[in-house]
Amino acid sequence: MTWPPFLLYALLAGTAIAAAVGLVGYFVVLRAQVFTGDALSHVAFTGALAALALGIDQRIGLFAATIGVGVVLGVLGDRGRADDVVIGSVFAWILGLGVFFLSLYTSRRSATNGTASVDVLFGSLFGLSLSRAVTSALIAALIVTGMIAIARPLLFASIDGAVAAARGIPVRLLGYGFLALVGAAAAEASQAVGALLLLGLLAAPAGTAQRLTTRPYPALFLSAGLAVATVWAGLLFSYLLPVLSPSFAILAVAAGGYLLTLLITRHRPPVEAR
Amino acid sequence: MTVADGPSWNPITDLQQMWSFPFMVNAFRAGTIVAVLAAAIGHFMVLRRQSFAGHTLSLIGFPGAAGAVLIGVAAGYGYFAFCLAGAAVIALLPRIGHGGYSEESAVTGTVQAFALACGFLFVALYRGFLNSVNALLFGSFLGITTAQVTVLGIVAVVALSILAVIGRPLAFASIDPEVALARNVPVRALSIAFLLLLGAATAEVSQITGTLLVFALLVMPAATAQAVTTAPMRALALAIMIGLIVTWLGLSLAYYTPFPVGFFVTSLAFAGYLGSQLIRHTRRGRTTADLSASGIVP
Repeated sequence: MTWPPFLLYALLAGTAIAAAVGLVGYFVVLRAQVFTGDALSHVAFTGALAALALGIDQRIGLFAATIGVGVVLGVLGDRGRADDVVIGSVFAWILGLGVFFLSLYTSRRSATNGTASVDVLFGSLFGLSLSRAVTSALIAALIVTGMIAIARPLLFASIDGAVAAARGIPVRLLGYGFLALVGAAAAEASQAVGALLLLGLLAAPAGTAQRLTTRPYPALFLSAGLAVATVWAGLLFSYLLPVLSPSFAILAVAAGGYLLTLLITRHRPPVEAR
Repeated sequence: MTVADGPSWNPITDLQQMWSFPFMVNAFRAGTIVAVLAAAIGHFMVLRRQSFAGHTLSLIGFPGAAGAVLIGVAAGYGYFAFCLAGAAVIALLPRIGHGGYSEESAVTGTVQAFALACGFLFVALYRGFLNSVNALLFGSFLGITTAQVTVLGIVAVVALSILAVIGRPLAFASIDPEVALARNVPVRALSIAFLLLLGAATAEVSQITGTLLVFALLVMPAATAQAVTTAPMRALALAIMIGLIVTWLGLSLAYYTPFPVGFFVTSLAFAGYLGSQLIRHTRRGRTTADLSASGIVP
């Protein structure tokens, strides 16, 4: 069987991105910061389209926006959480701004690239060139390295922040570093499955892993493994059935796997928030 | 769309010019109906702190609308079917959205992303005009037919009549559920009825602002009004007024510029919300300053 290049590029980038997102996602769910992922998915859309409208590489806008907002959220998060009306209003406005950049972009480029917003929103894993796939894989490898480097103290800080602080672990600094990594992972994920769907890839494998085991390290690596398996299965389905876009297939596998796990383990008490 | 020459800055001529196009007349009719319904339902939604449910319902509506387009039905019916069904499911699962467990937020995030992915699949299967994705997600005021306006109007009248009947006990149950329960107010039934009303309102708003921007008409006018005044009836009237102004201005601006209606409606509503927060802060600051000047507060 000969593999068409676009599938190889998608597998290369998809595997690396999934591993990074799976590792980050485990901590996002453990620290009950899924909301942060939601925020970043909105920001990713606006950041990418702002960069397109200004005529620079959309990945620069993507990473700048998600990492920047990730750190800002971390700083704001220290002073108590805003209520959901404020959060929702700000998100809606950010998206509205994204639509504004979209119309700026499409009106200037005479609609030759009319699918730009659809790509940003829903991803285009099969449309990657070799150089983009390699760049994505390298950035994802950096995120994985960073996560493994801080995994141990971060786990301690996430489970019992007060004790960790007493033991001399820089809990707050660790939190900022983690949110910067979440931002980078969100930017990567939105290249794979799109800004609107990255929340599913972030939350579903991590939620599944937490259901299957309560021991932290196995759960952490299980989450990464599940994310990679999800992306592989999704890409395979999408390749065999061209009707399904890769993003939908990946999300369907992720959601289906999570649902199945919830059904099988439904008699176990849920993992508590910390 | 026929390109307008730009506003003459004479409101009467401008309105005459805009309304010489039937689609603009329908857009204003639909926008007015939706703004009134959204502000009234939104008032109770903000009171009950259920804006998260509204957000989830709107995302569930997206595959409904895309699926309706796919099978050749007007998107509006898809919104109604999925939003009402989603509201019924949320009403049956009362714990969702209260966020006690980290797992619950993971489930919610997965459900939301999967709903959007399904909508994307339907749009891709349709293989039609790719811009329809943007219209469904971010709103469009073009191509609203008179029949659709009639449907919007009937649903709004029914929903508002139900709200008028249950309004008083609902407000009581929203502000103090325990006392209301002790007074024999059917709190649970009211909560289910309200979620269904919220589903209908979300479906209507989605047709103007799109799936992703429902907060602009559903939450922001009500939140703005409640920040300015605490009297319930005054807040309700103010919310409806803000909703109408935001919708009308947004539609006019979108008509005269190349930018989409969703951008203007969210920006105007958000500006109003920010303004109300500023008013509240300065007012609170002044009262504290007055009190400390008179020696009541140190």
